[in-house]
Amino acid sequence: MKPVTSWGRLSADPHHVVVLNDPSKVKSLVCHGAHPGVAHGMGRSYGDVCLNSEGVLWVTTGLDHFIDLNDSTGRLVCEAGVLLRDIQRLVIPRGWILPVTPGTQLVTVGGAIANDVHGKNHHVLGSFGDHIQNLTLIRTDGEVIQCGPNKRADWFAATVGGVGLTGVITQAEIQLRRVSGPWLDTETVPYTNLDEFFQLADDSEAAWEHTVSWIDCITRGGGRGFFMRGNPTNVGDRTAPQSRKLIMPIVPPVSLVNWLSLRLFNMAYYHLKKWQTGRAITHYEPFFYPLDNLLEWNRIYGSKGFFQYQSVVPLEVGQDAVQAMLKEIARSGDGSFLAVLKTFGNRRSVGMLSFPQPGVTLALDFPNHGERTHKLFERLDAIVRDAKGRIYLAKDARMPTELFEAGYPRLAEFMKYRDPGISSGLSRRLMGS
Amino acid sequence: MNNKKRMVIIGATSAIAEHCARLWLQKQPADLTLLGRDAQRIERVATDLKVRSPQSEIRIVQAEFLDPEAINATVENIVQSGDVDVVLIAHGSLPEQADCQDDLKACREVLDINGVSPVLYAEAFAKQMAKTNYGTIALVGSVAGDRGRKSNYVYGAAKGLVTRYAQGLQHRFAGTGVKVVLIKPGPTDTPMTAHLKAKGAKLASVESVANQIVEGIEAGKPVIYVPGKWWLIMMIIRHLPAFVFNRIGI
Ligand SMILES: NC(=O)c1ccc[n+]([C@@H]2O[C@H](COP(=O)([O-])OP(=O)(O)OC[C@H]3O[C@@H](n4cnc5c(N)ncnc54)[C@H](OP(=O)(O)O)[C@@H]3O)[C@@H](O)[C@H]2O)c1
Repeated sequence: MKPVTSWGRLSADPHHVVVLNDPSKVKSLVCHGAHPGVAHGMGRSYGDVCLNSEGVLWVTTGLDHFIDLNDSTGRLVCEAGVLLRDIQRLVIPRGWILPVTPGTQLVTVGGAIANDVHGKNHHVLGSFGDHIQNLTLIRTDGEVIQCGPNKRADWFAATVGGVGLTGVITQAEIQLRRVSGPWLDTETVPYTNLDEFFQLADDSEAAWEHTVSWIDCITRGGGRGFFMRGNPTNVGDRTAPQSRKLIMPIVPPVSLVNWLSLRLFNMAYYHLKKWQTGRAITHYEPFFYPLDNLLEWNRIYGSKGFFQYQSVVPLEVGQDAVQAMLKEIARSGDGSFLAVLKTFGNRRSVGMLSFPQPGVTLALDFPNHGERTHKLFERLDAIVRDAKGRIYLAKDARMPTELFEAGYPRLAEFMKYRDPGISSGLSRRLMGS
Repeated sequence: MNNKKRMVIIGATSAIAEHCARLWLQKQPADLTLLGRDAQRIERVATDLKVRSPQSEIRIVQAEFLDPEAINATVENIVQSGDVDVVLIAHGSLPEQADCQDDLKACREVLDINGVSPVLYAEAFAKQMAKTNYGTIALVGSVAGDRGRKSNYVYGAAKGLVTRYAQGLQHRFAGTGVKVVLIKPGPTDTPMTAHLKAKGAKLASVESVANQIVEGIEAGKPVIYVPGKWWLIMMIIRHLPAFVFNRIGI
């Protein structure tokens, strides 16, 4: 048994860790175990989707082999433990890129599918699952299922975004996208309130592939921020930035994110960033993965860990709902450091439990202050519920079942595809088993 | 003839060796021979490397690890198609110490695969490299070979054999064009240590270990401790007097 934490560091319960290294042995390791398990990649989800306290974890990072890359069609086949980072580094010099990538590239392909992750270009290219052509799923009864958008599409829809509960994903085929190089033409535009944000989002969607924004949810009740947008660009060969890695060396006893530091940070960040407004040519790594060079940044929240609260609410009520959430946060005094606000495109996700839906998504980090933090979440939940929104499973560690059921109307359909030999902290908390 | 570097890996399915291969091919395409005992497992490694480096030449050899004649023939066959720049001898197997104590057959197997087998391979390559006065032989030993400890002394003895052997080979080739590199990894996150990882042991990442090995081989260092801190740790362990050493449970 070994203590395992997820990215939020809220718990460090013991787990039976079973390492999967050899695809030909996966079946014998996951089948008919005495206790249910769940696949675990890089542990970058924040809550308990990738945890199974006192139970089995099948660690997939050893399944890290490429199988095929067709340079003329951009089809990549690889094992499910391959990191997005390794794909990007392999394929970008060869004129291809992952069409969709989340805010960190230190995640496995299997994890990206199971959480159906999205990036800054959702309005153009949807989520990760939209680009999977085929995947291999091993069930704990020994059945091996090959599925994709055109083959056993029901299994595919259950598995994409299915948070690992339909079987262990061991292999995937990804359709990459053409790209001329590692550079993006980017622009950073300051905004002073939500009206401006929504206007910018609206204006940017047609001409910009990537859009995202950082929002200051503290100063003067929150609402100012920076809108970042970017398009891939061909600027020929340039030297890539040296990625200097910094590591957070210790877990401080208390969170370094507190009332004072938050105010200072938000003020400093705002004013520093202001210097960088305008157009620039930016390398994909700092643009897509701004925090990846700050290794183990999750430790700054101290030994009690932190929560991430990410919701999406429909556009029609989006502005009011976001305004209301900002107000609650400002009132709580617990504001968030890395608040991200972004609009999703008007498209339906592939997965039955996929998170993205048309609307606006707000992601917030909060240090774990126990009861006080939970009280704030209850008030935020009420806003999300009224707005008919939902909360992202990959980030969640605490939402009430009733909000989960209301937010994910395809849940009943999904349950038919669950693997009875698989269970996670999240599945027990929200689905009863 | 092409001017690609020619590398040979004995025990090519080893995670440490495989990560070295990834780094080599990332630098530049090479002519790589992968040797192992199981065709399917070597194939998986070869396929991955081929995707990473389509311009590389990758050959697969399924071979015998203990029979001297077979080893000789395999190595002769490999060198026939050209001089070898680097041979990395990486195979090994970490047993439960208790099994070695209970069962002499298991004990013998551990000594053979970790000690005798790498030496036979190295010796076969040494014979060829001596003729051309060119090449690097890199052997993977272990920090476990530095001092016998109750937790793994049979494995440690085999690794100690490799250490002594590498020393002698370095002596033999001193001042010639043949280089001998002895690599001593500390506990590293690979399939070999999966059972330790499950118990929560702290392990170095295989990527960083491979990185230091590749750099060390390139620099022609005679002995590489990876991660580097193990040089200091093992120096202390080697010098602990027996009355202290015998009281600690390592
Ligand atoms: N990992 C560590 O903590 C650590 C520490 C110090 C030293 N080392 C040494 O580093 C080297 C590489 O180990 P690793 O960590 O990369 O482990 P690994 O991934 O488990 O690789 C072990 C390799 O040895 C081969 N092998 C095992 N038994 C064999 C046998 N009876 N006949 C032929 N081949 C056999 C395996 O082949 P198959 O794939 O066919 O099984 C595989 O190629 C070994 O010499 C090991 O002793 C490792």
